[in-house]
Amino acid sequence: MIKKIALTLMMLMLTLNMFAQNNDVEMADALRSNGKIYVVVGCIVIILVGLLVYLFTLDKRLKMLEKKSNDKN
Amino acid sequence: MQKTWWKILGAILVIYSSIAGLLLGVPHLDILNETIRNLYFHVPMWFAMVVLFTISVVYSIASLSSKNEMYDKRAVESANVGIIFGILGLITGAFWAKYTWGSFWSFDPKQNFAAIAILLYFAYLVLRNAIDEEQKRAKISAIYNIFAFPMMVVLLFVLPRLEASLHPGNGGNPGFNSYDLDSRMRMVFYPACLGWIIIGFWIYTIRFRIRTLEDKQL
Repeated sequence: MIKKIALTLMMLMLTLNMFAQNNDVEMADALRSNGKIYVVVGCIVIILVGLLVYLFTLDKRLKMLEKKSNDKN
Repeated sequence: MQKTWWKILGAILVIYSSIAGLLLGVPHLDILNETIRNLYFHVPMWFAMVVLFTISVVYSIASLSSKNEMYDKRAVESANVGIIFGILGLITGAFWAKYTWGSFWSFDPKQNFAAIAILLYFAYLVLRNAIDEEQKRAKISAIYNIFAFPMMVVLLFVLPRLEASLHPGNGGNPGFNSYDLDSRMRMVFYPACLGWIIIGFWIYTIRFRIRTLEDKQL
């Protein structure tokens, strides 16, 4: 009998422990999940967006040139 | 210059390094975790920047000794593209630092000196725009560039090593060599550097061609 009560108490303590873990404070760590792989994704996106924006400015310069050369002809 | 094989090579290298960099195995390290893969994206930006600034200073010397305005144009356009790569390196570095060092800008010597190095080249562009007379502009800005280049090298590769720094390779910290000692990372890292250097050079040639056309039409 005592063994059973002790066992239930132990089980209860174990489950209490699990409840406590469920109440973890939620922090903004989405980028830290999965081994921080999204930080790498973020860096790649930064490089791509930076170079693409740069490409658009170059394109704009070239368009002006094309316009000018068309006016001349 | 009309041949395109090196552009294709650059594109293939960058694509390869992006795919292999995300999929191949890397050392399992605490705190860094998967962000060690940023080595294939953040570091090549700086390699490309240094190469472009080297091209710039070589053409500055050439423009001083030959008075050819073509060389001056090459110098300024490669510096322009180098600055873009430097800014990308700074932003990716700050983003990486946020999740490994704790904040975007921790006033680490490497970060501060890298930012100052970029500012040096901003000053180069400002100096150019401040002078209207073309020959004077070519001469003065070439001289400034020749002084700015060794200063940039010192700021990026010498001074941070003398201070305590979180950045690998500085202040008693081991360089990234200790991370990529295994040949797996070298197999991606070197192609990534070469690929991004080629892409940077490509953008520089495009800028130079546009500038040449613009000046012809004026």
